[in-house]
Amino acid sequence: MTGRPIITDIQNTWCPGCGNFSIQHTLKNILADMEKEGRSLDDVVLVSGIGCHAKIADYLNINSFYSLHGRTIPVATGIKLANPRLTVICCCGDGDCYAEGLDHLLFAAKRNLDITVMVHNNRVYGLTTGQYTPTSPLGFRGKSTPMGTEEFPFNPLELMLASGATYVARGYTKKMDQLKGLIRGGIDHHGFSFIDVLQICATFFPAADYYTPRVYDLADHDPAQFMAACTRAREWDYNGDAKIPLGVFYRARFPTFDDRMAQIEMGQDQRDAAVRGIISSRE
Amino acid sequence: MKELSVLIGGKAGDGINSAGAMVAQLLGHMGYHIYLYFDYPSLIRGGHNFAVIRGAGTSIGTCREKVDFLLALNQETVQRHRDHMNPGAAIIFNADLVKGEGQGVPVTSILHEEQAPAIMGNSALIGGFAKAAGIPWETVEAVFRSHIPKGTELNLKVARKAYDLLSTVHPVEPCNSPGLPLLSGNEAIGLGLAMGGLEAYVSYPMTPSSSILHFLAEEKEKLGITVVHPENEISVVLMALGFAYAGKRSAVGTSGGGFCLMTEGLSLAGMAELPLVFVVSQRTGPSTGLPTYTGQSELQFVLTAGQGEFPRLIVAPGDAEEALYWSAVAMNIAWKFQVPAFILPDKTLSEGSYSVNSTSIPPVKREDPGTADLGSRYKRYTDTPAGISPLAYPGAKEAVVKVNSYAHDEAGYTTEEADMVDLMTRKRLRKWDGLIAEMEGYPQVNSSGHAGTSAAMLCWGSTRGVCREVAGTLGLRVVQPVVLAPFPMTALNAALNGVTTVICVEENATGQLATLAERHGIAIHKKVLRHDGRPFTYESLLARMKEVLP
Repeated sequence: MTGRPIITDIQNTWCPGCGNFSIQHTLKNILADMEKEGRSLDDVVLVSGIGCHAKIADYLNINSFYSLHGRTIPVATGIKLANPRLTVICCCGDGDCYAEGLDHLLFAAKRNLDITVMVHNNRVYGLTTGQYTPTSPLGFRGKSTPMGTEEFPFNPLELMLASGATYVARGYTKKMDQLKGLIRGGIDHHGFSFIDVLQICATFFPAADYYTPRVYDLADHDPAQFMAACTRAREWDYNGDAKIPLGVFYRARFPTFDDRMAQIEMGQDQRDAAVRGIISSRE
Repeated sequence: MKELSVLIGGKAGDGINSAGAMVAQLLGHMGYHIYLYFDYPSLIRGGHNFAVIRGAGTSIGTCREKVDFLLALNQETVQRHRDHMNPGAAIIFNADLVKGEGQGVPVTSILHEEQAPAIMGNSALIGGFAKAAGIPWETVEAVFRSHIPKGTELNLKVARKAYDLLSTVHPVEPCNSPGLPLLSGNEAIGLGLAMGGLEAYVSYPMTPSSSILHFLAEEKEKLGITVVHPENEISVVLMALGFAYAGKRSAVGTSGGGFCLMTEGLSLAGMAELPLVFVVSQRTGPSTGLPTYTGQSELQFVLTAGQGEFPRLIVAPGDAEEALYWSAVAMNIAWKFQVPAFILPDKTLSEGSYSVNSTSIPPVKREDPGTADLGSRYKRYTDTPAGISPLAYPGAKEAVVKVNSYAHDEAGYTTEEADMVDLMTRKRLRKWDGLIAEMEGYPQVNSSGHAGTSAAMLCWGSTRGVCREVAGTLGLRVVQPVVLAPFPMTALNAALNGVTTVICVEENATGQLATLAERHGIAIHKKVLRHDGRPFTYESLLARMKEVLP
């Protein structure tokens, strides 16, 4: 469909100042660009989990599967294997895919499935009104940890590099031009693309004053170098005071799961004949 | 009735299942209907495994406790099963490992003479058995040529050596059935799903469902299906729903524990109205229970699994023929109504093998949901009188296909509006009515035995075979609902017409079908239950029935 309004008329319920607006706006611009380039949005599918991020499924006027908490990626895997011609984009939350559905994230990276996973990483549960997530800093005071957390955050970029992701990037919702390039780069990458998006939660973790002075662009880095990517990914541990690099950490071409699993389409008459053949071989 | 039973036993790892299948094929080629029961502990190597192969003149689905031939690959087999032999039974054993009465097959020296690898040792025993049973050599040769594609000639030489060494002690009379194909219940389920249009099978290994995964993975190119083994059962069900959303007919397979993990996905299928077939093959529970033994304790779980209220189909086939037919039906119904559909076998059916007359299976409809070609006017959850919305898949021109786990409106957008929630709940639940009417067009309830009698055995799933034999002896009726949801009230009442004593036979501890039937106003007078992981045999059920009959 050409010229469709990309934003629906569903009432938006994100808090004023929420970083999700930046992500939605960025995705809208990317989709508009893709359409201008002659790609049909009919072939794009958005899969979301459950959480504040996931409302984007209601707000974008494209095919969508509004899934369960933590379960974007297995749904996306089924869709991509069923129809490899589709462009499949997952919008996940940090509680969503770093806690509830971490296993699926690791396995999608391991398989190098050709989908794009962007994590709306606000480092707090918003929709359930403020609990710590796997990327909240040590000592984060949330409703379930009023005295502060007793565990360090993990570094999702390190996890993704260790698991086999072939496109690993980090963006920030207050750097929208760069974010657009990172997400579009992930969509265009043939393989598993992962973009951790540092996102402001206006209500429960308004961390702009922390991020803005610390972020910098990964300009002097060759994303083809895996070991260098690992080193750069470790500069900031999602906890301390270090500078926070933004950009593409790693990019490589490897065969994808969907290419390897490609199945020749078969008509039912042929399948029925195969069934009869197997049964008669058991005589 | 002509009939005979063969028990073959040895250590786990001895290839008892495949040797049992060869014996079954030999008897099949002699004109017998076959049932094969495979008993093994949850071990890879070392524990005692055995298979009982029974041949009879008519279709069967159970074992007898006494056998006519004992094939012993180890001493333990003779010790354990010595008391389970009919008068005049023949013992054939591996003379290298077993001491005993009967005929020994010098396996090691035969293999040495033929310079054959150890893996061919079972061919020697099968050759020896064939001679002891008086099975013509041409039959042995035909079976080996059909079913041992690799190293056929050498296997035949090994078998022939043993055939020539042994003498016929218990000649098996040829029987009259045409040689029928032999399928395990799980193979029949896989093939039935393929008949129903299966395009993707997603499963995480769990006994006793795993052999569906293995079978379909082996045959995926022939059948044109994608087979995926993901990281866990949560992923399994969500992946399969992704396939369904994109327009591919998919199924998942597991057992009770794995199905626990799938319940959030099941509820999503109900809310998002995505068609999906679940195969839940039951074993002894609760929890890890007895992984390799049977049970019928998931009926109530599957009936109510998943949060919220939504329609579902549950079928429990009783043998491989029914598994073939009803698996195809389940797929068709799932897609016609956009609901989850369950196939509920148990270990006895899944891993037992049966003679299958596939020509007697009614043709299965494959009602294509069609693709709604409405362009930008398309709404995934359009309300209709039947509650069934037209389907479109992502990629359809100008359509925006939105499915949603939240309460949603017709276009698939999240809603919390009371009127819309009410409307869509009614839409989903209206499918129950259509489903009830639809299933009345299928043979939902099997009834057999003595129509004039006032006592009936009520059973479901794999106990169908044993109940029919016991009912034949006792002059009772057998009523076996295959469809368990929606509950086939009309057909069941018709089948029980004139019955004043209903005896429910189940392999669980509480009587789950009895509970279900009573909830629908059907009086259950007695329950005969077994819950030790072993299937009823003819003798054990006959004895239990005699205790409860008036």
